[in-house]
Amino acid sequence: MAAAIEVRSVSKQFKLYHEHYTSLKERVVHYGRIPYEPFMALTEIDFDVEAGSTVGILGHNGCGKSTLLKCIAGILQPTRGEIVTRGRVAALLELGAGFNHELTGRENVFMNASILGLSKKDTALIFDEIVAFSELDKFIDMQVRHYSSGMYVRLGFAVAVNVEPDILLVDEVLAVGDEAFQRKCIERVKKFQQEGRTILFVTHAADLVRRICDRAVVLDHGKMVIDAKPGEAVRVFRESLHGGELNESDEPEEEAPLAEVEASRPEGTHRVRITNVAIDHPGLRLNRNWLLPDEAMTIRVAYHASERTDDLLFGIAFHDENGNHLFGTNTAVLGLDVPPADGDGEMSFEFHRVPLLDGTYLVTLAIQSSDEGTVYDWREQQASFEVMNPTRTSGLVSFPIDVHFGRPSIGMDLVEGTGA
Amino acid sequence: MTARERLSRIVVRRELLVGMVRNELKIKYKNSVLGFAWSLLNPLLYLVVFYVAFTIILGSSIPSFPIWLLSGLLVWNLFSTGLGAATGSVVANSGLVKKVSFPREILPLASVGSMLVHFFLQSLVLFTVLAAVRWHVAWAYIPLIPLALVALLLVTSALGILLSAVNVYLRDTSHFLELALLAWFWITPVVYPFQLVGIRGGWSTKLWLTNPVTPIVVVFQRAIYAKLTNPHPKGGGPPIQLLPHWPYWGFLAYLGWSFAFGLVVLTLAVRVFGRSEANFAEEL
Repeated sequence: MAAAIEVRSVSKQFKLYHEHYTSLKERVVHYGRIPYEPFMALTEIDFDVEAGSTVGILGHNGCGKSTLLKCIAGILQPTRGEIVTRGRVAALLELGAGFNHELTGRENVFMNASILGLSKKDTALIFDEIVAFSELDKFIDMQVRHYSSGMYVRLGFAVAVNVEPDILLVDEVLAVGDEAFQRKCIERVKKFQQEGRTILFVTHAADLVRRICDRAVVLDHGKMVIDAKPGEAVRVFRESLHGGELNESDEPEEEAPLAEVEASRPEGTHRVRITNVAIDHPGLRLNRNWLLPDEAMTIRVAYHASERTDDLLFGIAFHDENGNHLFGTNTAVLGLDVPPADGDGEMSFEFHRVPLLDGTYLVTLAIQSSDEGTVYDWREQQASFEVMNPTRTSGLVSFPIDVHFGRPSIGMDLVEGTGA
Repeated sequence: MTARERLSRIVVRRELLVGMVRNELKIKYKNSVLGFAWSLLNPLLYLVVFYVAFTIILGSSIPSFPIWLLSGLLVWNLFSTGLGAATGSVVANSGLVKKVSFPREILPLASVGSMLVHFFLQSLVLFTVLAAVRWHVAWAYIPLIPLALVALLLVTSALGILLSAVNVYLRDTSHFLELALLAWFWITPVVYPFQLVGIRGGWSTKLWLTNPVTPIVVVFQRAIYAKLTNPHPKGGGPPIQLLPHWPYWGFLAYLGWSFAFGLVVLTLAVRVFGRSEANFAEEL
């Protein structure tokens, strides 16, 4: 099947003027020496979107994803490269873009549909559907300037999805509106997919990409990092996000939403010291440095005791990137005997299954006296591991699940009238 | 995209053009009590002012001056307001240009279109006056009027498309245009007769004749005002020539110049517009 969208080595350069001269006088006075900085918003972007597929463009703010969408929508022209689209394109770049405040909802629907290339006759046919979808039947003859932003959004989305475009370009808009409407939008997008239409949408919501995309393109500082299946793309996206953060602030202490950890916790007496940490998992043998959900993992801790120590425990904790404490235990809590430490030694935490979905997880390790009164060594976020979820299941935890079907056996409490 | 492709793209989207014209009019009159009556006030006011200034104060030698004035003023109004609105159209609709993709030439064209509606309304004033005084128009020349109107739309749209693109880069274009139109009005024979200048020789007259609005104005005057001379000017003296004594095809040929001018400018305008359109979204 032919590609619905072809993006061929597209680059876009913006000129960042320090001062923008827009009058003839200024242009003449400053002719030929208007200072500007070239800014590459997009560099050599190259990908195809197959007809009928849904592709996400992932990237952090300012990575050029909206610029790319505008180029595909035909609003901006790429500086170099070529973009081919096949079929009617409806772009939802900003909710209610092109709505005129002075006109009523009804008039705007017709205008908007007309801009998207629909005839008046065809618009009249789908008008009721648009109004029903937007849930604005009471307000449709009101001037749009009296609309709330939510109403604006709903009408804009309703028009764009109901004009039956072959290609729908969506920029972050699914993130707006109340939850019920969001769900409705996503359902509509799914119906779109079933109808074999092409969707390209820009987001930084990794979860959404996983839920509705067939593929995702990750942009970072205007460059295409990867074009892959959602799981892989989300992983790379998260990596690029990290890179970006580190570049911005050289002091990693600053990015510490992990404030829940007692900041005054002493570094430890170093009577017993952690000398090395290694994380082992099956992926390493396959040359991937991330785990799949439910894979096994072993964390090895090498330590050195400067003098013989009998009374000690080993602790471990996992946090996610938002600082949520996911798991924490130690050998004392587990009721395990710890052999005395003297000189070099090694111990390991062996996890048969890591029931996590997507994410980077930080490992904190500690060696303390068994009553936790004395800290020998405490390594906050000493190591991290990453889990990549190749499935469409979303969330943090990989719950083991089986699904069965059969005759009713649990009553019908949810049916109105039969409950208490 | 070639100029021809760009133009055919507009033809395909003509429904959008019509819709935009309708909306522009709706918005303009939505919050006004007088509504469309406003657009009639303009020529009426002009009529009063020029009548007082020319006929009463200066003692102009054009008989039935209101009819003379209106038949030319309608043309001039469509040209000047259409061109003015078109020039500002892309900048005025920057919200649309930055967010939605459609043939942008439709914006200046819609501005000209909405002024065309005003033109028809203002014609009602003229028709009323003509009917009231049982004026004898030159029926033979009436078929030239639709042709002249097409030429007028062509010239106005062509210049409008060109200037709307220029205005994005040089925002004071609309201010320059206001001044230029002021001068342009006086080099167009709307308040004075064509023959006052047309019969003189010299390069300045030739230059004056190249004004693309003049043929259109003259055709309107020939068909509607219909009197070529004033045989009995006030205070005696020889008859005063008002309009050229050309045969039918003479007016047609002169109108041809407006068409030629319009087509050349249109080709240029669509090219300039097409080339600069790529940066509209960035410049706005």
